[in-house]
Amino acid sequence: MRFFSTGLFRGLVAQVAGSVVGMAFVMAARVLMGEPAWSREPVIVGGMIIGALAFLVGVGSFNDWFKWARGKQVSDEITVDPNKPSWMRYFSVDYDHKVIGIQYGVVSMLLLLFGGTFAMFFRTELATAGIDFLNNEIFKVLLGYEPGPVGLLSGGAMMPNPEHFFNSLMSLHGIVMIAGILLGVGAMSNYLVPMLIGANDMAFPRLNSFAFWVNVPGALILLSSLLFGGFDTGWVGYPPLALRAPLGMQMFLFGVYLIGISSIAGAINVIVTILTMRAKGMTMMKMPIFAWAALATAVLQFSATQLIGLTFQLVMLERLLGMPFFDATAGGDPILYQHLFWFYSHPAVYVFILPGLGIISELLPVFARKPLYGYKWVAFSSFGIALISFFVWAHHMFVSGMSPYLRIPFMYSTLLVAVPTGVKFFSWAGTLWQGKIKLATPMLFVLGSIIIFLLGGVTGPPAATISTDLHIHDTYFVVGHFHDTMFGGFIFPIIAAIYYWFPKMTGRMYSERLGKWHFWLMFPAFMLLSNGMLLLGLQGMRRRVVAYDADLGFGPLHVALTIAGFVIFFSMILFAINIIRSARKGPEAKDNVWDSRSPEWQIASPAPLHNYAQPFEVVGEPYDYGLQNSPYVNMTPAGGSATASH
Amino acid sequence: MTEPQASSGHHAPAGASYATRLARNRLGLWLFVVSDAFVFVGLFIARMVLLGPNRPELLQGLGLAVTAMLLVSSFFMNRAEVEMAHGNRPAFLRNIMVTLVLGTIFLVGVVGVEWQLAPFGPSDGAEGAVFYSMTGFHAFHVFTGLILLFVVWNNGRRGLYTAEQHWGVEAAAIYWHFIDVVWMFFYVGLYLMGTPA
Repeated sequence: MRFFSTGLFRGLVAQVAGSVVGMAFVMAARVLMGEPAWSREPVIVGGMIIGALAFLVGVGSFNDWFKWARGKQVSDEITVDPNKPSWMRYFSVDYDHKVIGIQYGVVSMLLLLFGGTFAMFFRTELATAGIDFLNNEIFKVLLGYEPGPVGLLSGGAMMPNPEHFFNSLMSLHGIVMIAGILLGVGAMSNYLVPMLIGANDMAFPRLNSFAFWVNVPGALILLSSLLFGGFDTGWVGYPPLALRAPLGMQMFLFGVYLIGISSIAGAINVIVTILTMRAKGMTMMKMPIFAWAALATAVLQFSATQLIGLTFQLVMLERLLGMPFFDATAGGDPILYQHLFWFYSHPAVYVFILPGLGIISELLPVFARKPLYGYKWVAFSSFGIALISFFVWAHHMFVSGMSPYLRIPFMYSTLLVAVPTGVKFFSWAGTLWQGKIKLATPMLFVLGSIIIFLLGGVTGPPAATISTDLHIHDTYFVVGHFHDTMFGGFIFPIIAAIYYWFPKMTGRMYSERLGKWHFWLMFPAFMLLSNGMLLLGLQGMRRRVVAYDADLGFGPLHVALTIAGFVIFFSMILFAINIIRSARKGPEAKDNVWDSRSPEWQIASPAPLHNYAQPFEVVGEPYDYGLQNSPYVNMTPAGGSATASH
Repeated sequence: MTEPQASSGHHAPAGASYATRLARNRLGLWLFVVSDAFVFVGLFIARMVLLGPNRPELLQGLGLAVTAMLLVSSFFMNRAEVEMAHGNRPAFLRNIMVTLVLGTIFLVGVVGVEWQLAPFGPSDGAEGAVFYSMTGFHAFHVFTGLILLFVVWNNGRRGLYTAEQHWGVEAAAIYWHFIDVVWMFFYVGLYLMGTPA
């Protein structure tokens, strides 16, 4: 079993051992302080933190850094052991950005699968007005016991009642999807950015690998919250509820914290890579447009993420040591939490969508065979969105009890987001206009993204305007708006990106027939789902509730939404089948499948170990499709050994 | 967080020179500093929201003393870096040792003395929450800074740095100064602003 010699296996063993050691350590410390050794929350949290560190040591993320600290030289050469099967690279620490990108992508898809599965459970429950599915019988089937005091880990109530179980699934759906999206963003940035700008790797390969691997214990800890009683706060984790939720709350807080570390480290890497490692002749205004989107995303990630890291640590400290930051009865302020939380979490939604919007702009010219309309405006619009996003956070708090006069500026700053976003739509429409459109699967998903994101865009202003938000706040209208932006801004674009670069990653072609099935199942089902949510919200359906009054007439729509949810889930299974089967025995793809002008398609597929055997030179505009004699890159410039720095 | 040293023998596939990599490392570290600053800004905002015009009742003499220690340590850190840039290794080692000692005194002064003598515990109201979190987060950074200083001192002792190539020293210095600047704000926020509650 070669799996036992992978870094992942060593990391997992180390995490288990580290958790035990950490628990013992906290218990010993408690005994020294004259307290009883066992106290459930501090001991388990101590084990959780040490376990995560141990995973990173075990997997080997710190090896080179430890060597540096001891003054030893390390090799920067990426070498591949020919005696090991190539899949093993993906299960161990590897510094190749393409391997890391795929590692991110696979874990991202797994998390989306988990998040989707949770959604199927509570979506089924919502099909009926009462609590008919997530009741005591399903507990016995799923968890092997009925709700009540059981077990060492639970130390009381594991899942006290069906409502709590529903709330935990709903909360986990939100945060696991967000984790999956953040990893998907990492996948796109890591795999694409160096190849698009003509670099052979990221600026800091070790940091890059660390940034991926820290997600693994993060995701495991996040998912483990279900075993520790879950948490019923929704993905926002507002105190004071977060202070009273079961132990699973700590897994949520610390899991997200680890994934946040990944965001920060990854973003610093992306910024340095884009600013210092572009090919000769590639000025900022000649970069492939996705690089602009990745740069704007990274600027948000490396700065704002610290605030959620801090805030979640403060909640952990309040729960562990009783430091009353957010408890109004002891001098704290729950509104402070909301401000700090949304200062990250609003920019975060642009972190989710900006790379996706970059993918749309990147792929449209290829499939419309026309130049990207208004390149500079699109490039700056990403930065416009990023900049404005720092000044809009309190629009989530119109009903929170913060000072009412604060609502006005936040309403206007929020409406301002529509301007740079509108620039993007204008560019997409202009690019499609009179194009020779080829409806391959990636293009279908790009067009789907545009339509869905438009829906997300036009449902935003009603939620941002105080007078209307007071009515639709915390209803399914907001849920529908958010799902529109996430599907249009991330899910559809990343699916398009996976189909589009699949030949580059594997050297093989996916099945176009299954891809079309995927789209024509998913797109209508999603339109039904999100429009149904918007409609339900306008009718007054509250979000985050397990049951509703049957007399309100929500029933038929909820049934339709549940069916639509299952169709989406099924279409994603088709996607997984297509990808896995084609990666193993799909037909061989030619090198430049899409007749793209982009440099990564001018080299072999799959891309060689060091992307470009010799540095190329940028001699034209990136998106001059349809113009004769207007090459973007010269792959073999004279004196080809010139260095790649800009 | 960033690559502390460009190794001489092997280069990245792109064949980046020491100067190129130094520029990248500097950019990366400064980005990290900006990023990390957001944590401290967040803590300061929490202090302003929770305590407003009040401040915790603390030992002014002790606060002034540890602050002076940290400020002076930054001076010696700067001397250490300059001496290394001039290739004067013994002076570099001396200065960095002084920085280490002063930083340790600061850490002991805050965590070992002030935490014990403060008239409130971490769970005693907003004062406790603010004081222990601000000093705690900062002390953790000081602690990691001391580890970095020790690593740099140890590697310097073994002659790993030259006048031309000493990114590790520079990185430790930037980080140390950053911690110092943060404390300038925290000292004001905790010891000087407002009136004791």
